[in-house]
Amino acid sequence: MTARVLVGVKRVIDYAVKIRVKPDNTGVVTDGVKHSMNPFCEIAVEEAVRLKEKKLVQEVVAVSCGPQQVQETIRTALAMGADRGIHVEVSGKDYDSLGPLQVSKILAALAKKEEASLIILGKQAIDDDCNQTGQMTAALLDWPQGTFASELVIEGDKVKVVREIDGGLETIKLNMPVVVTADLRLNTPRYATLPNIMKAKKKKIANMKPGDLGVDMTSRVEVLRVDEPPQRQAGVKVESVEDLVSKLKEAGRI
Amino acid sequence: MTNPLRGEVIRLYKNLLYLGRDYPKGTVYFRERLKTAFMKNRDVTDPEKIRKLVDRGEFVIKELEALYFLRKYRAMKKRYYDPEH
Repeated sequence: MTARVLVGVKRVIDYAVKIRVKPDNTGVVTDGVKHSMNPFCEIAVEEAVRLKEKKLVQEVVAVSCGPQQVQETIRTALAMGADRGIHVEVSGKDYDSLGPLQVSKILAALAKKEEASLIILGKQAIDDDCNQTGQMTAALLDWPQGTFASELVIEGDKVKVVREIDGGLETIKLNMPVVVTADLRLNTPRYATLPNIMKAKKKKIANMKPGDLGVDMTSRVEVLRVDEPPQRQAGVKVESVEDLVSKLKEAGRI
Repeated sequence: MTNPLRGEVIRLYKNLLYLGRDYPKGTVYFRERLKTAFMKNRDVTDPEKIRKLVDRGEFVIKELEALYFLRKYRAMKKRYYDPEH
């Protein structure tokens, strides 16, 4: 039986919120904006909890890096069924430059510390769309990786992962310990209901700093500017076929 | 005399109120309708009838959870996957 599953969860701007870019183009507006757990992380948590319910794993540990508010996200994971949480406190400047490399270093250090034999992450976050954390974590730990999983089966000390690839599915078998990243069709995550959120308040969230894990937080990535996607140009109405043809000719389409 | 089902009804109301925070049309819209729905049945005293109404509330919770899941799933699918799939 697998001892422990580590699940990474990220607090992102809620998927339903209209994103606004800061006027000085340094980033997006996050103050006073509704945040929630990254949808792909929800899928990762659900998968870990299901493994626990099938008695294939002993413990599910939810990890998140960020300021005080990420505890809410960890709480949501605990309400969905994770056993305990780890909050790696990163705030201020370090949080602004926090990227997949730093997070994967933290996750790798935690995986060793907690002696996890399985790490489940979302394939990407809906805010930076990096799709790198799982891959980097596997590389840093020198563990095999099953990315874009749409099915996950534990078979003894091996894991069977069905991956979503261009134009089809790929089934691979990996030796534990392993890093798996969840794709959209892996499962249907449950809703963190109010009673479960209340019950989750009794579960423990350990607090630590990247320094405690010996992780260097300097980033080598510099954000030059952030822009909104180009606005769609307004269309024109044409009166007749001739008009249409001439307009198309004008636009160089025919 | 307080009804023994009072606690259960209040719990149901709280759970629904919490779910309403994610309602697509807004928390206020949901809360108003939720309150109206509960106030409409304020004079019901028959335990059997209350039980039926609570069950209906539980059903609404299930429906809302399904609605939120589908909404999120569709949004993700639209954003990240080819439209023809």
